[in-house]
Amino acid sequence: MAAVATRKTSRMVNNLLIKHFFIVAITLSVVSIELYAAVLPEDRSDVMYHRYDGGGVVIDGPSLLVRKEVANTVSISGNYYVDNVSSASIDVETSGASEYSEKRTEYSLSADYLYDKVILSAGYTNSEENDYSADTFYVSASQDLFGDLTTFSLGYSLGNDTVMKNGNDQFEDEIERHNYRFGLSQIATANLILTLDYEIITEEGYLNNPYRSYRFVDQSNPDSYASETEVYPLTRTSDAVAMGAKYFLPYRAAVHGNYRYFTDDWDIKAHNITLGYTHPYGDRWVLDLSYRFYQQESAYFYNDLHQYRSIDEKDFRARDKELSEFSSQSIGIGASYQLNINTLTSIERSSINFQYDFIKFDYDNFSDIRSGGVAGAEPLYDFDANVFRVYFSVWY
Amino acid sequence: MNSRFKLAFVLFFPLLMATGCSVNPLNIEPWIKPYERQNFADPIMSLNRDPVSSAYMHHVYQAREGAKGAEGGGGGGCGCN
Repeated sequence: MAAVATRKTSRMVNNLLIKHFFIVAITLSVVSIELYAAVLPEDRSDVMYHRYDGGGVVIDGPSLLVRKEVANTVSISGNYYVDNVSSASIDVETSGASEYSEKRTEYSLSADYLYDKVILSAGYTNSEENDYSADTFYVSASQDLFGDLTTFSLGYSLGNDTVMKNGNDQFEDEIERHNYRFGLSQIATANLILTLDYEIITEEGYLNNPYRSYRFVDQSNPDSYASETEVYPLTRTSDAVAMGAKYFLPYRAAVHGNYRYFTDDWDIKAHNITLGYTHPYGDRWVLDLSYRFYQQESAYFYNDLHQYRSIDEKDFRARDKELSEFSSQSIGIGASYQLNINTLTSIERSSINFQYDFIKFDYDNFSDIRSGGVAGAEPLYDFDANVFRVYFSVWY
Repeated sequence: MNSRFKLAFVLFFPLLMATGCSVNPLNIEPWIKPYERQNFADPIMSLNRDPVSSAYMHHVYQAREGAKGAEGGGGGGCGCN
């Protein structure tokens, strides 16, 4: 009964949120205020190769983004993206499974419509892998206000995921996701722009990974613990707020900073801060340097070693390291080189770009149980990841 | 966040818009003139200079962290279970 009531309340709140979102979106689109130039995104194409290598997981593949104005007031963009996954992660190893490979393919299509001083956007994304399917629709509206110094935006997206399990054709479940976004950017001085973003996400459905297990004390077992499939709540609601600033330095360079605070009803609280510096060098080079720190507390139903087995579907249990207490630090470098192929009349400019991030994850209550030892006293897990992007960009 | 706070949030928006729209922005004198904004036209000041790369990095972090949202992006699906 409690689960039904929770779902009913969640649906009522979602209906109200959607209703009020559209009231505001319509207000944005019909209010005739004389403003200044809202502009459509630039026409450009990017071809990227990406590679992630860390924690026994290698994911690489291409991404192709094409954006083109099709009329003075409409811009269309399409993205094709592939993840080729080869995984022997700690989760795979400790589950007793062998290394696996899979492919995720994602297609996105979106349109931006410039109406008077407002940009209305809508898009659709489909993501497919052999045991997971996701469809997302989104709409958003943005408007420049107050002499073009302020940009206000609202966005809503609806996601429908289908969760499946390889080796079990009978298993199939759903997730419904609603995202509500609010954004504000403000030109504060001739060199400083400030941003504020806020997002509510509500999710309902099968939110855990059907392959992952939690462990609990079981003295009858030689390892002193036994494992079972995780048990998660059927709903999750989260809030994230982010503040950022970007400043133009007197010698033509830029610094930026961003802070985000996240909280949800699973008791996860997370902070992350990002700092970056962009430095043009000569006429053709742009160099980037960045640092990111992330820290989170664990979900209330997370435990590295639970004392007892779950007794029913409301007795939640997780041992997903993404729900544990941990921190990560990233250092990123990037270089962009402007190419000299712009003699073609239709090309305005083009560049070749390389970006690399080194990420270190340190877990505070997730143990590396591969080495054995006394249950609950194993060494804590950590791993490093190397993330590469190489891409060619062209503006036309 | 509890439902009451969420409802307060969405009810606040129309009020904010109504208030904002009752003031004609034409009457607000921009304190930075258009000719003083040339630095914002420089690509290095773009808030999302490389959309294909930044979308990818959001995905990298979302798949490995408990937190998500407020990344300033548009839409996008995530089959990252």
